[in-house]
Amino acid sequence: MADNTCLPRRRAPLSQLFQPDLPRETPVADAIGATIGVTIDGMETKVPLGTTILEAAKSMGVRIPTLCHHPDLEVAGICRICVVEVEGQKTLQAACAYPITAPVRIKTYSKAVRIARRHVLDLLLSEHCGDCYSCIRNGICELQQLAEEYGVDGFRFGHVEEPVAIDDSSFSIVRDMNKCIRCRRCVRTSIDVQEVGVLEAMNRSNKVEISTFMQKPLGNEICINCGQCINRCPTAALYANPALDQVWKALDDPNKHVVIQTAPSPRAAMGECFGLAPGTSVTYQMNTGLKRMGFDHVFDTNFTADLTIIEEGTELVLRLYKALVEGETSVALPQFTSCSPGWVKYCEHFYPEFIPNLSTAKSPQQMFGALIKTFYADKLGLDPKNIVSVALMPCSAKKFECNRPEMVDSGYQDVDFGLTTRELGKMFHQAGLDVPTMPKSDFDDPFGGATGSGLIFGATGGVMESALRTVIELVTGRKVESIFEQGDIIPVRGFEGVRYVEVKIPDVGPVPDILKHLVPNWDWLKGATLKVAVAHGTANAKKVMEDIKHGGKFSHCHFIEFMACPGGCLGGGGQPIPTSKEIRAARAKAIYSEDHELDIRKSYENPAVVKVYEEFLTDGPCGHKSHELLHTHYVARGKHIE
Amino acid sequence: MRPVVDYARLREEVMEVAALTNYNRASLIPVLRTVKEKYRGIDSEAMQIIADVLGCHPVEVNAVATFYAFLNPKPEGRFIFRLCRTYSCELAGKEEIAKQLSRNLGIGFGETSADGMFSLEWANCMGMCDQGPAMLVNDEIHTKLTPNRVAVIVQDYKKRPEAHTPARAAEQPLLGENPVECES
Amino acid sequence: MSTDAIKTQGNTLTFSAIPAGEGLRKALAMPRVDIIDMVRDSKLKGRGGAGFPTGIKWNFAAAEKRTPKYVMCNADEGEPGTFKDRLILSEYADLVMEGMTIGGRAIGASLGLIYLRAEYAYLRKHLEDTIKRRKAENLLGQNICGVEGFNFNIMVAMGAGAYVCGEETALIESLEGFRGEPRNRPPFPVVSGFLNRPSVVNNVETLAWVPCIMVNGVDWFKSIGTNNSTGHKLFSVSGDCEKPGVYEFPFGITVADLLKEVGGSDAKAVQIGGASGRCVPKKDFERRLAFEDVPTGGSVIVIGPGRDMLDLAHNIMDFFVDESCGQCTPCRVGNDKLLKGVEMLKAGTCSDEYLDELKGLANTMQVASKCGLGQSSSVALLSIIEHFGDEIHGR
Repeated sequence: MADNTCLPRRRAPLSQLFQPDLPRETPVADAIGATIGVTIDGMETKVPLGTTILEAAKSMGVRIPTLCHHPDLEVAGICRICVVEVEGQKTLQAACAYPITAPVRIKTYSKAVRIARRHVLDLLLSEHCGDCYSCIRNGICELQQLAEEYGVDGFRFGHVEEPVAIDDSSFSIVRDMNKCIRCRRCVRTSIDVQEVGVLEAMNRSNKVEISTFMQKPLGNEICINCGQCINRCPTAALYANPALDQVWKALDDPNKHVVIQTAPSPRAAMGECFGLAPGTSVTYQMNTGLKRMGFDHVFDTNFTADLTIIEEGTELVLRLYKALVEGETSVALPQFTSCSPGWVKYCEHFYPEFIPNLSTAKSPQQMFGALIKTFYADKLGLDPKNIVSVALMPCSAKKFECNRPEMVDSGYQDVDFGLTTRELGKMFHQAGLDVPTMPKSDFDDPFGGATGSGLIFGATGGVMESALRTVIELVTGRKVESIFEQGDIIPVRGFEGVRYVEVKIPDVGPVPDILKHLVPNWDWLKGATLKVAVAHGTANAKKVMEDIKHGGKFSHCHFIEFMACPGGCLGGGGQPIPTSKEIRAARAKAIYSEDHELDIRKSYENPAVVKVYEEFLTDGPCGHKSHELLHTHYVARGKHIE
Repeated sequence: MRPVVDYARLREEVMEVAALTNYNRASLIPVLRTVKEKYRGIDSEAMQIIADVLGCHPVEVNAVATFYAFLNPKPEGRFIFRLCRTYSCELAGKEEIAKQLSRNLGIGFGETSADGMFSLEWANCMGMCDQGPAMLVNDEIHTKLTPNRVAVIVQDYKKRPEAHTPARAAEQPLLGENPVECES
Repeated sequence: MSTDAIKTQGNTLTFSAIPAGEGLRKALAMPRVDIIDMVRDSKLKGRGGAGFPTGIKWNFAAAEKRTPKYVMCNADEGEPGTFKDRLILSEYADLVMEGMTIGGRAIGASLGLIYLRAEYAYLRKHLEDTIKRRKAENLLGQNICGVEGFNFNIMVAMGAGAYVCGEETALIESLEGFRGEPRNRPPFPVVSGFLNRPSVVNNVETLAWVPCIMVNGVDWFKSIGTNNSTGHKLFSVSGDCEKPGVYEFPFGITVADLLKEVGGSDAKAVQIGGASGRCVPKKDFERRLAFEDVPTGGSVIVIGPGRDMLDLAHNIMDFFVDESCGQCTPCRVGNDKLLKGVEMLKAGTCSDEYLDELKGLANTMQVASKCGLGQSSSVALLSIIEHFGDEIHGR
């Protein structure tokens, strides 16, 4: 609710009347450590003071239904499905919002509770328009599940028959307000988690609706397409703009050569679509499934992730060289990563003055798109117009990205369709392909398999770690394993919102061949300290950006990785629902352990990458050809909504 | 021929009110009241200016404005007639008053007259239950209404200097979804 | 000051005999603890309707270590049929501000805010003039009444037309510049209120009684009313009676006695406590208006013979459908269903089975809604269904 980060810090206090910027504190903050006895449905336990009834019940294995509650979000207490009886209270209490501060006895399924929950469901269903069987969330809808559990057998209080118009103006996100239950999880996501302020509750009473600013179509809003709202929506009020019908159509067309690139994060999450525990990687089984589905070739996006590291890393080296050696003052530093299309659009909207800081390197998806319809088409003697290039991404913003008008460097739309993990999961189901039980098979040439560096792009900090692995080795000539144990750069890993790391470059080696035409030597980096930072979730990005604007420590960084989604791509808006800290951590674990199993873990050692520079991008990283195909430009969009 | 709203001036007016609370969000409602009072509506541009001054998102300004009955962002008349519809005033005969108001103003409830002069709305209890039927016209309260008195009161507002020339209302800058631009 | 307010009839109020400044001076001569003790011992309860003991509320806020603290005067008098606060604000604003100042002294606050509903905008100038005058008289401002270090100021904040902002946490949300949507409680405002700081929110009338207690003493206050509902209460009387107006009666007065005073003895029912209160039929007119029996914030709407009780139910449900904040499911959707139910009842198209469904829903709304609005919006309807079955069924 009261989002104090919204309070402006840029103005000098003109009045002492109010104290801005006070954090909302809970009353129990000073008594942390104390425990309190609680009896839930006759079972006794002790919980830390201030634990909510919901948490206490969960710790005892008692499940209380929820709708407006989400583990990533601030408590709302508004759907009232989680009401329970608390002894001594006249009314039922919302379990999600009730902190236990004194010994209490609680009943979670008494008659009054069951009746109230059923009423809440009946009321929600009375304003819910549409049938479950025709719904995109059929089978994974929280409302549907509760209706089933509580034995809803009809519309006791009527039912809306006339649907309202669906907003599919955005390439990425569809809003279907017929399905909205006003739980405001999207509102809290949009305002608290992502700090973009796209959705809010308008009007009051029975006219309350969740809406964009001035009811404008989502496609015209300051929406970064991250899809975090989708991941937290309990129903189908928000979903990724589907592309699976078009992909099926391409697969059905014998004249089309259909290829797919798969990003690392969906592979760590696809298992969830088949009931596997989060963090069960199905990379190689999926390759088999995709080929059976009819894709002509299956490629690994990690190839272009490695390419991104080379291009982006070279760009960084060039910026540093210009600034530090040539003394050019106009060089924009720190350099920002540009592989997260949600972050890129965030920067274009909220910090357009920092567009020069964004790396011009395209995201791995778009680099791949450009190469498939040029390099690959040449190699196989295919007409690029007959190639349909599909990208499996954990992301809804990738759908917008592949439709950006400038992404046509091959002469065609570089990537035709972005599929989310959820969509491809659905396609597998439609094709009757049980991915987890498939035999394993490898990625197709000429782009080959993965390096660990490309793989860890999926986790927050991964791009930074990959970049550091390559930069450290190229600059120092030493193995990164001699500096960081097993080559794991632990300080940039983890889920803290913002991380700041300094890496010393004690000595330098010879300039490797691939960069020789760009810098004469590394002497200027000898003894330097590389300052880098990592931020994920745009609310955290905002903190870093504001710090930079005010000349804080992040303004002295050289390189900053920004990811729009909490947890990075593995927590992307196209990933299986639900999402939570635990689920994101499990996916990260899968990604990092797969990294360990790979023989090649540094981007510049990827043989396919080396080959591409030898055969195709012959003027090297950041050379003419690579600029043409692998680099892009951005649009200063600003915050103003017409 | 309505003059274009001077948004630079509007920003200054917003800043002036916001300064009282240190540009804290706590001044959002006073700011919205000021804009609504002055411009009779709160349009997209104004909301974005307010959001910028207070450091919040335009969508939040939009959400707050649509919550409160007196901050309706839609453009309304110079005089907003709000007739109490709650039970005491109902017992006192609000229905007849409603009919008479509608007839004298020439508009239905929820409507604004074509000349931008009058709006007619229902309001919930305005604390004049002992003297019903009651209505507010902007900040002025009228009680013990009878159909005859309504006719007189409406006439009185029509004679006010602000309303003297019907065209004048239309010359006021007005914030709305589609502000009328100056014709060249 | 509004001339209409003067037109409001009634009997003589105790407030008229309390000189401005005296209660404050007495309070300032006492240690802070004693002020709270006096208020607590007087058993003064919140006059807005909920009846929470004021002394206990102040004590909670006083015990909080975090500063700054705030005293809020809830002048968002939106309950249909209530207008006593309008009268108090126009005629006895000094007492209200004095109550706030004493509260500020007691809990350690230095800022008071009067949240004035938009419909009372015409009172704003009067209140601000009163503040100015009291500052000039050193009853507000720095070192009030010569008490070194006791600084207290009052500001008027305007509402913008939302009944729910009478709920204290919604009022605070509104003051902070948000939609007036009630917060989860706990934490209560006395612990974490305005800008997350300890805040006391009191009704206009409650605050006005504080200086009276200071002047006339605890024993005087306790000698009036009943055991659990001490003191006088202001009643806003409207509807089908000869002498509508604001009346002061001791708590515990029967409905019949009150009706006699206001010339409404032929009533067939009275709606007590506004839209969120209950409808008392003639057979229950011996019941007493007190927290022990029929609790009330003071609204009394007299319903004469010949009135259609479903019109009352309709009007009330209409009101709540308009004024619910729309946050929680039971209130947002439930009121709408009840309104449609009343329309069906009026049209004679509501089956007994569906009426039972609606009663069940109403009960759920009373226990499962997030705040007092949803918890009380169906009280009137249920009491009308209970007492006026013949009017409902014969259609």
